[in-house]
Parts: sequence; C-alpha cells; structure tokens
Amino acid sequence: MSEPILDIRELHVWYGQIHALKGASLTLGAGEVVALIGGNGAGKSTLLRAISGLIRPREGEILLRGCSLVGLPAHEVVGRGLSHAPEGRKVFTALSVEENLAMGAWVLGGDRTRIDRQRERVFSLFPRLLERRRQLAGTLSGGEQQMLAIGRALMAEPQVLLLDEPSLGLAPILVERIFATVREIHRAGVSILLVEQNARGALALADRAYVLETGRVALSGAAADLLVDERVRKAYLGEG
Amino acid sequence: MNLRRGFSRFLGPGGNPARALPRYFGPLGIVLLCLLPLPLDNYLRAVLWQLGIYVLLGLSLHIIVGYAGMFQLGHAAFYAIGAYTVGILNLRAGWPILLALPVGAGLAGICGYIVCRPILHLRGDYLAIVTIAFGEIVRILLVNDAGGWTGGANGLSGIARPAIGGFVFRTNLEHFYFVLVFVLLGIAAVRRLEDSRLGRAWMYVREDEAAAEAMGIDTVRVKSLAFFLGSVGAGLAGGLYASRVSVISPDLARFQESVTIFCIVVLGGCGSIPGVVVGTLAMVALPELMRVVRDWRDGFLGLSMILMMIFRPDGLWPRRRSGLGT
Repeated sequence: MSEPILDIRELHVWYGQIHALKGASLTLGAGEVVALIGGNGAGKSTLLRAISGLIRPREGEILLRGCSLVGLPAHEVVGRGLSHAPEGRKVFTALSVEENLAMGAWVLGGDRTRIDRQRERVFSLFPRLLERRRQLAGTLSGGEQQMLAIGRALMAEPQVLLLDEPSLGLAPILVERIFATVREIHRAGVSILLVEQNARGALALADRAYVLETGRVALSGAAADLLVDERVRKAYLGEG
Repeated sequence: MNLRRGFSRFLGPGGNPARALPRYFGPLGIVLLCLLPLPLDNYLRAVLWQLGIYVLLGLSLHIIVGYAGMFQLGHAAFYAIGAYTVGILNLRAGWPILLALPVGAGLAGICGYIVCRPILHLRGDYLAIVTIAFGEIVRILLVNDAGGWTGGANGLSGIARPAIGGFVFRTNLEHFYFVLVFVLLGIAAVRRLEDSRLGRAWMYVREDEAAAEAMGIDTVRVKSLAFFLGSVGAGLAGGLYASRVSVISPDLARFQESVTIFCIVVLGGCGSIPGVVVGTLAMVALPELMRVVRDWRDGFLGLSMILMMIFRPDGLWPRRRSGLGT
C-alpha cells in the first residue's frame, strides 16, 4: 500500500455522555477507495464528521498528508483539499444547481479558470446536472440531488473525498450509476473514503474496507477478502 | 456615455437580466426624488425626511435579517448608540456633526460586533430574544444616565446642525437632501454587497449553515460582518436623526422602534432593496398619512398588516430569484 494520505489513529468521539467512537483507526492511501461499512449507529457518519471538522474528537489524531486536522474548523479543512458530501445530500434546495456548485467552489476564491475547469468536470461526470443547471435543487429527484451533492463536493478540487451513504434511498438503477461515477472520480486520481450500508456495492467498488461495530473497527482487509468473509456475509450481506 | 456607464456601475451591476431596469431608471429616479419635496408643504417634507431615516434603518437591518438570515430585534439600540455618540461628541467635545457622524456609525458597528460574537451560534427565535434583551439594556442604561453622559430620561438637547463650510442645514428641505445623499449611498453599497463574494456567502449561510461551513465558508466571520455592517448603518441613521431633531431621548432604543424596523424589512419582502423602500412607506408613511382617521389609525394599521400577511406572505416586493447567469 502506498503512503497514506489520510491517517486516523485511535479516534474517540463523545456526544455528551455517549461514547460514539471508541478508538477507531484507519488509513486511506493515495489513490485508494476505502469502504467503511457497518450497521446503524456503528459510528460511520460520526467518523466522517470528525474528519471534516464538524465535530471535535476528544482523543486521537487525524492526519491529512501528515498534518493534523484535529481542532481545525470545518471551513479550513476544505481548504486543505478534503471535501465531504454529507449524508442525506444537504443540497441547498432554494438555490439553483449552478448556485449550489458555485458554493462548492468557495475555497477556490476568485480563480475563474479553476472554477470553470471544475464545473466542466462536474458536468461531464453528471450530464444530468448540465441539463438542469438553472433548476432549483429542491425540484431535482433524489438521485439528481445526490449527484449535485457529490458534484458540489468536487468543486473544491479535493484530493480526498468523503462520501456518506451516496446510495441512500435511491432506486437500484441509480445506485449503480452513482457507484459507476464514484469509480470514475477515483480514476481521475481522487482518494475516496466511502461510507455505505449497501455493503455489497461498496465492497465491489473499494480496494480495501473496514467494518465498524459500535465505535470500533471490528474487521479490516482487502475488499475482495471481506466479500467472502464468513462474518461479513452473515452480518452485512444477508447470507446465512 | 461614459458618465452614464459610470453612473449605472456605481448604482449596481448591469448584467443581471432578472432585475435589470432600464438604464436611465437610476438617474431618472434620483432626479425625481430630488424634485419630489419641492411642491410639498413643510409637514410632508418632514415626513419625507423621516422616511429617509427609516429607509436607512431598514437597509441596515436588511443586511442582517434579509441577507444573513439572523433575527435581530434590538436594532434600535444601535440607532440610539449612533445618535447619542454624535450628541455627546458634539455637546461635550464640540465636534462638528460631519466629523461625529462617522464616529457614531463606527462605534455602533463595533458595539454590534462585540454583542454578536458570543450569540452568533444561536438560531432564530433564541437569537431574537437575546437581541431584544440587548436593546432593553441599552435603553435602561440611557435612562439611568450611564456615566453621567446620557442625560437620563430627558436625554440630550441642543445638538448642533450639520454644516459644510459655512452652510448650515436648517430647513426640512435641506435636511431631506442631506439624508437623501446617505440613502442613495446606502442603496448603492447594499447592492454592491449583494452581488459580492460576501453577499453570496450570506445567501449560503442563510440557506444552510452547516452545509456552508462544510463548503469552506467561515460562518462566524461572515455573520459577524453582517452584524457589524448593519450596526454601522443604524448608527449612521441615529447620527442623522440627532443632527436634525437636536433633542434625543432613550425612546430611540425602545422595543417598539426595533419592531418597526423589523416590520419594514419583513413586510417589504426579505432580501429585496425595493422591498425595504416599500416597507418603509407602509410602516412609516401610511401611519403618518392616516392621522386623519384619528383613533382608528392603529386598528387600520394592524388590519392592513394582517391582510397583507394573508395575501402577500412573501412581502410587498419580494426578492426575485436571479440565479447566477453564465
């Protein structure tokens, strides 16, 4: 495995009295897709929120290319090259597709050539967004909103992309399309940490995977190995 | 040609088709505004002046409520801070009004910044409650003659009139023009802000703060800038008020005053500059002109507000969605 671009060590996060992450560690190599699977409440989204600075871990270290992100406010983390497409999409429903994308490019400042390049890239990944560029995001379908959320995160030209449940609530055909796009983004050189409940899809896509259970890493390994692992098959793939 | 282009650039961006008015609209409007008070009697000229003050107050609150989406219900406190600063500087230190005005506006802005910092994370109604409390604190400080400077419940009197060179603004007409200059500057400034990077950031913060933060916007900075700029505007309006009326009292910081300003913004339609002007007409000019119906006035006003909220819930002149043209 190559030098990790994102290195998380012994992360502890508390919500008040609740110990949500109990010393989770994982690494994401440059150019890798790593899947994070696990049941409800295992701490997957919490981990992503801690990485992008939306909540503050109590203990542990988060290193992006060797620099600590702990304690950095969320808006500065984006500037370091790490974007987060949050769960439930969270697009700006009252704004148009273009305005949503413009917002994603916030950290690029007034650099028009870079913004235009990113916009081109997003539109070529998601031609559907190009068709609906002037439409309000609230009028898009769930799948289109998910495309917009991913596109918005890509506008910041990230090296690391955190994707939280991109397949949530989508029709199977759309899930496939989203996964195909994730693969395409990966091919363009972005390292991706993918949180999924759809374990089969995520494992098929990823290089490596971690299984999170009640705030700890219960299993980890190459995605192909986990796909045939007895425990994973029982717990997450619905096989007896 | 050149002059006209410079003019429209000053008053706002052209290329926005959604709300592009004819090119000559701005200059024409300004000429009409300048001519407007001439045929009117002295009383109506005073009403016009008052409208100007409230448009300034509305514009300044519009930055906080309309753009940044924060409920500020203590705006009159900053109005009073501006007025008292100008009054005290003029009476105690003998400063001319033109010099005291920017200090009053600046001090109001600084107070706004200091006050908002610890409460920025509050949302909606909670923020409103805290700002109401702040307004009351300012009013009570003024009533209690804080530091022996504010003159207690009687306030301050004998504040000088503004003067440029040897010319002193005295009549209602002169004061109207004086305020008009600031109103036009204010409108130009707010329009520029709306289309700036900062204006865009306010829009994102208003729509969804967490998402804005996750996109790399420093929400604390952006929101406190809105508070600062809005308070500067209110302080300026206060200074202008003090320099015409020359008698100021703690009533300036009344809750009622804050509510009036808030209603101007909301009635007019949140997020639109013409809305602020229309809202001011509805909230300030209408009651003034309805004096003829005497005791029924407040009843009519209340009724018209209820009807308006039923039939035009987005405000009288709501913000038009423009989209980012490319």
